[in-house]
Amino acid sequence: MFEVLDVSGLATIQDEGRTGWRRFGVPTSGPMDAFAFRAANLLVGNPSGAAALEIGAGEIELRATQDCVIAAAGAGYSLSIFTWTFPLWDSCFVRAGWTVSFRKNGFGMWAYLSVAGGFDVPEVIGSRSTYLRGNFGGLDGRLLQVGDVLQIGKPSHSLMELSARTLIEDARPNYSESPTVDVILGPQKNRFDEKNIQTFLSSSYKVSHSSDRMGYRFDGPRLKHIGGADLTSEGMTMGAVQVPADGQPIVMMADCATAGGYPKIASVVSADLPLLAQCTPGKDSVHFRETTVKAAQEKFRALMEKMKNGIVES
Amino acid sequence: MKPLLTPFGDSALLIKFGDEIDLSINRRVHALDALLRASPQNGFIESVPAYATLLVIYDPLILTYAQISDWIITEMDRVEKNVARKPRRIQVPVRYDGEDLDFVAAYHHINAREVVRIHTSRDYTAYMMGFTPGFVYMGKLDGAIATPRLETPRTRVDAGSVGIAGAQTGIYPIASPGGWRIIGRTSMRLFDLTADSPFLFSPGDLVRFVIEAVDV
Repeated sequence: MFEVLDVSGLATIQDEGRTGWRRFGVPTSGPMDAFAFRAANLLVGNPSGAAALEIGAGEIELRATQDCVIAAAGAGYSLSIFTWTFPLWDSCFVRAGWTVSFRKNGFGMWAYLSVAGGFDVPEVIGSRSTYLRGNFGGLDGRLLQVGDVLQIGKPSHSLMELSARTLIEDARPNYSESPTVDVILGPQKNRFDEKNIQTFLSSSYKVSHSSDRMGYRFDGPRLKHIGGADLTSEGMTMGAVQVPADGQPIVMMADCATAGGYPKIASVVSADLPLLAQCTPGKDSVHFRETTVKAAQEKFRALMEKMKNGIVES
Repeated sequence: MKPLLTPFGDSALLIKFGDEIDLSINRRVHALDALLRASPQNGFIESVPAYATLLVIYDPLILTYAQISDWIITEMDRVEKNVARKPRRIQVPVRYDGEDLDFVAAYHHINAREVVRIHTSRDYTAYMMGFTPGFVYMGKLDGAIATPRLETPRTRVDAGSVGIAGAQTGIYPIASPGGWRIIGRTSMRLFDLTADSPFLFSPGDLVRFVIEAVDV
C-alpha cells in the first residue's frame, strides 16, 4: 500500500482510459501524456495500460507500507525516495516505510508514478481512470487527498528483476518549452480559407491559463471561419483542434467531451500529443505543422517501437 | 448524399452522411454503426454515432488509414442494401409538471394538456448521446411543440428532467446545468454506475413517452 502524506494540484489515478463508452457520452479520460504513462508502466513490468498515479500542477508525498518497485516518468518533476533523488525514467526499489515524493522542478506539467502490479482501485464502467467532472473512477472519482490509501496489485516478476531498469535517453520524447507539433488538417479545414490555415500553421500559439485535463486553450492570431462557428454536433477525440466563435483554438485533451459543435481545423498527431501536454499554461507556446496521416502513423509506430526496445538494465 | 470519409487525426476517421438534423440521415448513421459493431475488424476501437456523422476510432499501431477505410467502404456497400435494422423500443413514464410546461403551451397558444398529448403521440429516435454521460438527444418533435432553448441556461437541472430544445426532446441523466425547456420528469434511472449496463438508452433506440401524471 501507499499512504498519501501530502498532496496538492491534480493528483489522480489513471489507466489507459475508458474505451467503448463514448457512444453513451462518457469521455475516455486516461493520461495526459500517454508516452510517459506507458513508459512508467513498462519499466516496472506492468501491461502498458495499468493504473498509475498522475500528478500535475502540484506536488505529492507518499509512504510505502510494503516493499515495492516504482518508476517515474514525465516532465517537470524530480523524484525523491527516502533521502535520495532519482532521475525520471528509471525503476527503483522502495523499502516498506520509505517516503516517495514528486517535487516540481523546471519545465513540464505532468509526471506518472507507476508501481509494479499497478494501483488497485475498483473498475468503474470498465476502467480505473478518474473522470473528475463525472465524479467517478480512480479513487472515489476525485483528486487524491491526504490520508488516502492506495492498494497495489501483484507484480509480474520478482521485485529484484524489475528494479534498476531505465528507458534510454534516445527513446524519450523531445519535450520542449516551444515544441513544434504535427497536425493533420481537417475534418473541417474547408471552414477556413487558405489565408487562415496559413496563419494557424505559421504562428506561435501560447497555452492559455484556462486549460485543464479537458482541453488546452491557446492565445494567438485569431482564426476566422467561413460561414460561422456552428456545426451540427459530431463525435471528437483527444487532439482535435476546435475553433470556437472567438477564433482561438482549443486542443481537446484526455477528458475531451465525446461530441462537440465547433469546426475542427486539424488534429494533433498521437506522437506529439505528449509534447503539447507538457507545455505550461500561461507560459509555453507551440507551433503547429502540417503532416499526413501516413507520416503521423509511421512516426507513432516508430516511437512506440523505440519505447519497447529502449528499456534496459541501468 | 454518398457518405464521405475524412481522416480525423491519425487514429480516427469521420464518416459524414449529411449536414443537418434529419431522421433519415440519422437512420443511415445507426445502420452503419450497428453493422461495424457486429463484425469489428481487429484494431477497431469504438464508434460514436451523432446526428449526421459516425466517428470511428481505431488503433494506428494495428491499422493504417487505408485499411480501416477499405473495411468501412466494404461494410457501407452492405448496409445500403440492408437497412432493415430493428431498433430497441423503450417506454418512459413522465410526470408532466415541469417548470416550463406553461411557457411551451403559451408559446404555441395551446394548453398544457395539448402539449402533453402531442409530446406522447409519437416515437422518438435517440439520435445521439453526449453532453453528460447518458444524456440522450431525441427527435423529431412535432412542430406544434418545438420551442427554443432558454435564453440563459439554468445552473442546475435535476436528474430525470424531460426537456425540449427546438425540434428535439431529451432527458437529463444527472443533475447538471442546462438550457432546455423542462416539461416534466421521469423517475426512471438513466445512468447507474453500479449496474452491468450503466445506461438505460443506447443511440438509435426508439423512445415513447407515456403519461404517468399531468399536473395542470
